[in-house]
Amino acid sequence: MSDLPLLKVSALSKFYGSRIGCQNVTFELWPGEVLAIVGESGSGKTTLLNCLATRLAPSAGCVEYRMRDGQFRDLYRLSEAERRFLMRTDWGFVHQNPADGLRMTVSAGANVGERLMAVGDRHYGKIRATATDWLGRVEIAEDRIDDQPRAFSGGMRQRLQIARNLVTNPRLVFMDEPTGGLDVSVQARLLDLLRGLVSDLGLAAIVVTHDLAVARLLSHRMMVMKDGHIVETGLTDRVLDDPQAPYTQLLVSSILQV
Amino acid sequence: MTELATYNFAYLDEQTKRMIRRAILKAIAIPGYQVPFASREMPMPYGWGTGGVQVTAAVIGPDDTLKVIDQGADDTTNAVSIRAFFQKTANVAVTTRTAAATIIQTRHRIPEAALQTGQTLVYQVPIPEPLRFLEPRETETRKMHALEEYGLMHVKLYEDIARHGHIATTYAYPVKVEGRYVMDPSPTPKFDNPKMHNSPALQLFGAGREKRIYAIPPYTEVVSLDFEDHPFEIQTFSQPCALCGAKGSYLDEVILDDKGGSMFVCSDTDFCEDRQAKGHRGHLSANPAEAAE
Repeated sequence: MSDLPLLKVSALSKFYGSRIGCQNVTFELWPGEVLAIVGESGSGKTTLLNCLATRLAPSAGCVEYRMRDGQFRDLYRLSEAERRFLMRTDWGFVHQNPADGLRMTVSAGANVGERLMAVGDRHYGKIRATATDWLGRVEIAEDRIDDQPRAFSGGMRQRLQIARNLVTNPRLVFMDEPTGGLDVSVQARLLDLLRGLVSDLGLAAIVVTHDLAVARLLSHRMMVMKDGHIVETGLTDRVLDDPQAPYTQLLVSSILQV
Repeated sequence: MTELATYNFAYLDEQTKRMIRRAILKAIAIPGYQVPFASREMPMPYGWGTGGVQVTAAVIGPDDTLKVIDQGADDTTNAVSIRAFFQKTANVAVTTRTAAATIIQTRHRIPEAALQTGQTLVYQVPIPEPLRFLEPRETETRKMHALEEYGLMHVKLYEDIARHGHIATTYAYPVKVEGRYVMDPSPTPKFDNPKMHNSPALQLFGAGREKRIYAIPPYTEVVSLDFEDHPFEIQTFSQPCALCGAKGSYLDEVILDDKGGSMFVCSDTDFCEDRQAKGHRGHLSANPAEAAE
């Protein structure tokens, strides 16, 4: 891991009128690190993620990102063109519902190729070869390349969404409940795949989940949120095995044992 | 034309024409950019060329000679009615000859004869937004134009190749104007796209229902989008025109009977008639000796 963080978040807050979305969130994320944000529904996880990914303007605070040239830039001071370019090249965003992140009416190949074309790739054969390669990496059979995602199962759609995001070799990927809505065996395969991709590509990732098992498997570090505040942060194993904050203790002890 | 004395010249009032001219000037200043304008109700339904008629009404003068074509033909309903409309309301000279016209209003074709400096081609446009069927949000497409994010256009071409093995878009084929804006050339066949490039004529596009005007000034670069390994190609026809024997013009299929018989003739009627008058014959044209009897 590099000695400079990739993302610096300081005193980030988001208010919905007088209600708190998230308040006073400060943390740093290093290259290659996977950070899980856990907490119950309504605790502000997704609000925080959207504020980080510039999908929702925060009320206060600042988010700085280290660009490929090594300079830290305040995300909310970038021009819209720069921000959108960043979002489709250096970042990825995996939605809980794959239909939100995919174009359902164009083929799987075009879904994967869209980002390449957006950054100026104009060679059909190369785009298709890259798409085929990526479909293979997310375990989608090559002969499904011309099928629309509508014809795919939930797990396949989610894997396609991941391929679509990773094709431009991003450095940072945001994931909002990536395994939500999948049954356990499909979830296990997806987690396995994600874990492999993250370590192979040296991705940094911020994963929002309410599922502590997902956090345990994927993340190095985790933050526990409650009512818009960070109540505990630390290495994943430490937080899960030796929770300090009362809320975290409650959360960990709520896991059903089979 | 005393019974029409209450109409202003070319139907629209002067304030409206002024508003449309301002939009046209802006469109010419920013080639390919869609300028919003306050489109008026015209005495014809949307989809019949209300945008084109308003643009023509705004630019036409008493000395102009007007030609109106519909799919290349001067004698179809749409062309005949619009021509009659301007004859009545502006009392201008009309013609079917491409070379004699100063303003040509067209629906979905560019004449075969090369256009000249000083001529204006007015297109009737149903859907001005090339990204419409790829991105339904108008706010988003405007942003994409502003930020020059045109990757999505190539997604459509990619889909064509993936499904059909070649770029199957044959009309409304997207072009990039002056290296900046991606533009829908109205539903002209892609056969006509190369004619837009560096044309000496002024090209104006009016979309009445969608309330947009855009333009290509004379001698402007117009490039059809494509892939490096699937370059842009225009349609070719295996046989010449059945009436005038022209090769390399755009042909329409005309059904002759209910047994599958058909003939291919030039869609540009003026071009075809001109060639026939010069003695060119296709394999189905009437024998001049028989026709004379």
